[in-house]
Amino acid sequence: MDMNRRQFFKVAGIGLAGSSLAALGMAPTPAFAEQVRHFKLARTIETRNTCPYCSVGCGLVMYSHGDKAKNVAQNIIHIEGDADHPVNRGTLCPKGAGLLDFIHSPNRLKYPEVREAGSNEWKRISWEEAMERIVKLVKEERDANFISKNDQGQTVNRWTSVGFLAASAASNEAGYLTQKVVRNLGLVGFDNQARV
Amino acid sequence: MTNTWTDIRNANLILVMGGNAAEAHPCGFKWVTEAKAHNKARLIVVDPRYTRTASVSDYYAPIRTGSDIAFLGGLINYLITNDKIQHEYVRNYTDVSFIVNEGFTFEDGLFSGYNAEKRTYSDKSTWSYEKGADGFAKVDPTLEHPRCVFQLMKKHYSRYTPDVASNICGMPQDRMLKIWAEIAETSQPGKTMTILYALGWTQHSVGAQIIRTAAMVQLLLGNVGLPGGGVNALRGHSNIQGLTDLGLLSNLLPGYMTLGNDGEQDFNAYITKRALKPLRPGQMSYWQNYGKFHVSLMKAWYGDAATAENNWCYDYLPKLDVPGAGYDVMKMFDMMSRGEVRGYFCQGFNPIASLPDKNRVVAALAKLKWLVIMDPLATETSEFWRNAGEYNNVDTASIKTAVFRLPTTCFAEEDGSLVNSSRWLQWHWKGAEAPGEARTDVTIMSEIFLKLREMYRSEGGAYPDPILNLNWPYKIPHEPSPEELAKEFNGYAVKDVTDATGAVVAKAGQQLSGFAQLKDDGTTASGCWIFCGSWTEQGNQMARRDNSDPYGVGQSLGWAWAWPMNRRILYNRASADPSGKPWGPDKKLVWWNGKNWGGADVPDFKPDSAPEAGMNPFIMNPEGVARFFAVDKMAEGPFPEHYEPFETPIGVNPMHPKNNKVISNPAARVLPSVWESFGKADKFPYAATTYRLTEHFHFWTKHCRLNAIAQPEQFVEIGEVLAKEKGIAAGDKVRVSSKRGYIVAVAVVTKRIKPLEVNGQTVHQIGIPLHWGFSGLTRHGYLTNTLVPFVGDGNSQTPESKSFLVNVEKA
Repeated sequence: MDMNRRQFFKVAGIGLAGSSLAALGMAPTPAFAEQVRHFKLARTIETRNTCPYCSVGCGLVMYSHGDKAKNVAQNIIHIEGDADHPVNRGTLCPKGAGLLDFIHSPNRLKYPEVREAGSNEWKRISWEEAMERIVKLVKEERDANFISKNDQGQTVNRWTSVGFLAASAASNEAGYLTQKVVRNLGLVGFDNQARV
Repeated sequence: MTNTWTDIRNANLILVMGGNAAEAHPCGFKWVTEAKAHNKARLIVVDPRYTRTASVSDYYAPIRTGSDIAFLGGLINYLITNDKIQHEYVRNYTDVSFIVNEGFTFEDGLFSGYNAEKRTYSDKSTWSYEKGADGFAKVDPTLEHPRCVFQLMKKHYSRYTPDVASNICGMPQDRMLKIWAEIAETSQPGKTMTILYALGWTQHSVGAQIIRTAAMVQLLLGNVGLPGGGVNALRGHSNIQGLTDLGLLSNLLPGYMTLGNDGEQDFNAYITKRALKPLRPGQMSYWQNYGKFHVSLMKAWYGDAATAENNWCYDYLPKLDVPGAGYDVMKMFDMMSRGEVRGYFCQGFNPIASLPDKNRVVAALAKLKWLVIMDPLATETSEFWRNAGEYNNVDTASIKTAVFRLPTTCFAEEDGSLVNSSRWLQWHWKGAEAPGEARTDVTIMSEIFLKLREMYRSEGGAYPDPILNLNWPYKIPHEPSPEELAKEFNGYAVKDVTDATGAVVAKAGQQLSGFAQLKDDGTTASGCWIFCGSWTEQGNQMARRDNSDPYGVGQSLGWAWAWPMNRRILYNRASADPSGKPWGPDKKLVWWNGKNWGGADVPDFKPDSAPEAGMNPFIMNPEGVARFFAVDKMAEGPFPEHYEPFETPIGVNPMHPKNNKVISNPAARVLPSVWESFGKADKFPYAATTYRLTEHFHFWTKHCRLNAIAQPEQFVEIGEVLAKEKGIAAGDKVRVSSKRGYIVAVAVVTKRIKPLEVNGQTVHQIGIPLHWGFSGLTRHGYLTNTLVPFVGDGNSQTPESKSFLVNVEKA
């Protein structure tokens, strides 16, 4: 580890205020300082969040490296229960305890992709291409099959040839906007996970 | 939940049935432990399996899956017969005295008005009250009228004797009676039982009626509205409560408003039908304000385009030609299988794993022209076209569906709020950027909308009006901020808003402080009336973090914000007796102090209505009281009745052995192509049920290394007796098949599932955890829902995943 005496005191001062090492008078020799590791949590930023799994809504504290400066990417390195949360009071269950592995799962999607008709593979595409193609398909289908009036001439303004399944862990804000857009296309085949 | 997680600590008795909170909701279950340790509470568990919840219970009894109404109906009979009801509560706060119309009958398992051809109650006119000349419902406070709700209910459940209930449930009668006797003790005014349930109750063809029966039990015991009481749904996902509140379901609008049907062409008639007038003198009937909620929604959505002259753009909203749930997801997939649905979006939803009958679902998806996936993870649905060998044996080349897969952020990478099971809206903050090019759902939906709007503007097309006139006031149009959206669903004053005295309560542009300020004259906008109060002029109430509990009853009113109006326990006026005093010294929640209602919770009531005024606690019901008799609200009838699962191991409904039309729910929708996919007990003799494990969440955590290590391989649970009969040893691979497909998994041979004696035969039950699939970091496995029948509850269309038939063989 690359650290001089001055850095050691700085780190120890932040990470161990009122704690063991310095209080015990263990001012290190240069050789000893070589063995010291930085305390991870001393330089992290804490962010409050809630667990995305079940509906208990446990409070979380997420610890990330990075100082939130421009062009710095925060990296979440640790998650624990929020000790001040009135329901979970700092605890997490076996699901929540693995949340860090959700964020960093190797199966996280990173880029827009398309699987073309009959194909056996994904092809990476740009957001622009994905959006252009999707919107074109949506409009084509809506224009062809939107039902303005039923057989009795009643105004019904619905569209049944496209459907939408909404998320179960999306925020209220995302859900509200989704509802606003989906209903105004005339879609009625619209559910969230609560249906099942 | 009517109550909250922390409130469980106030219970004297906890019944967990249709759920397994210790494993599925561990950090909420701690409040059960808290109640046991500090409130001397007892825990009773009723479940087909001896679960981990059962392992810490004071008493456990097994039950056959799908027979819960028989158990609860028997309990209703027991309470009435043994006079173990909270009389003052029942008499004052429920509909027992209401007189039901002549002509209402129940014979041979069917209520009046049944249409056998259509398999539905096409005439529900007799499921109603007799009304007087004054327009109010008639009542008989003596409860002696033969057609009063109390007498009808007593008669209906008199058939559910301990013998009958035990015979259907397969629960030994002595254990059943022991549980009933203990539950009956909470009829004392100062004692409460809470009921905790989850998908073990909802995922049945009679799921909604099971829950109603539980609510009836709680009303008889006087346990609704009190600390430590209530009927508590432990919801399965972090925000299905919120997404339901916001109306993301086939027939809903935000705040439990409903879409009109084709016949409702007249806007005023649409409103009037839903703005229910009180059925008894002096009652609140809060849905009277429906017009205010609706017009405020229209103003939030259409801004200046919504005017009184154009009925606030009522025509913009789609109308439904299908009753009930309308175009629910099973109906949509049925239409998809016939080529009637050609495009589909899945936003954070994995239907081939979550919907019943996986092979049917995959075949339907293969008929699509296009599919759009938005998800943080590589779901099975996004790769339904991939041949994964025995786990997903499809002919890839023949599947012509174009699939677009769009990466989205996860919880840690965005700001926003979720609604937990206690109805708390809790704000959370972004901690990092999403990987790669992932975007938020908000951005994706906005870009789709803006691009579409541009195309409709430039080229025209089918009915562009709602698209062109949608109010889109966001600073960065393709990326509305969570703050802007939250402020919009809370609501704001469009023009100065005045109260009854003419005083201005909110100036134009200000945030509204609660739904009482909403108007139907276009001066207020609110995207979701029940969330009104969550972001006021005082700021974001959902982000509050004061966890103090000044009354020491587990109500932290300063933590986050609960709908409605920060009330933590619904119907809490019922926690006090008719004179306004708490029912018991340790059940104090809200009470009348001589001038107004107050206490440890925000009163769910008109704050200045004195007890003498006679307004009753169930302010959303036009009756003012809670209903035992569901009038026309349920598909199957006003009183819950036991019907067998669609796949029944006993092949008969012991309540009605002579009528084979009512073996299973006679009013549940069965799509024509589904009848032949039901199996019978001759080939599939065992009753199966699906469930979660504590180490996994649905189909997500198999993508997380830690969880994949903790629970790596698919298994099924088989009782020792059956295993011995079939020559299956622990660790053997077994093939579990239903009429719809099969899975292969490791056998866990267990003492936790015992054979039950049901209607003269032995019924074995099989337990099937649901977490595996053909993607993820666990060993790959079969999607459990391959086995589940494509049929749902008669009201909600929630699939019958908890009760179906399988066969088991050594693989």
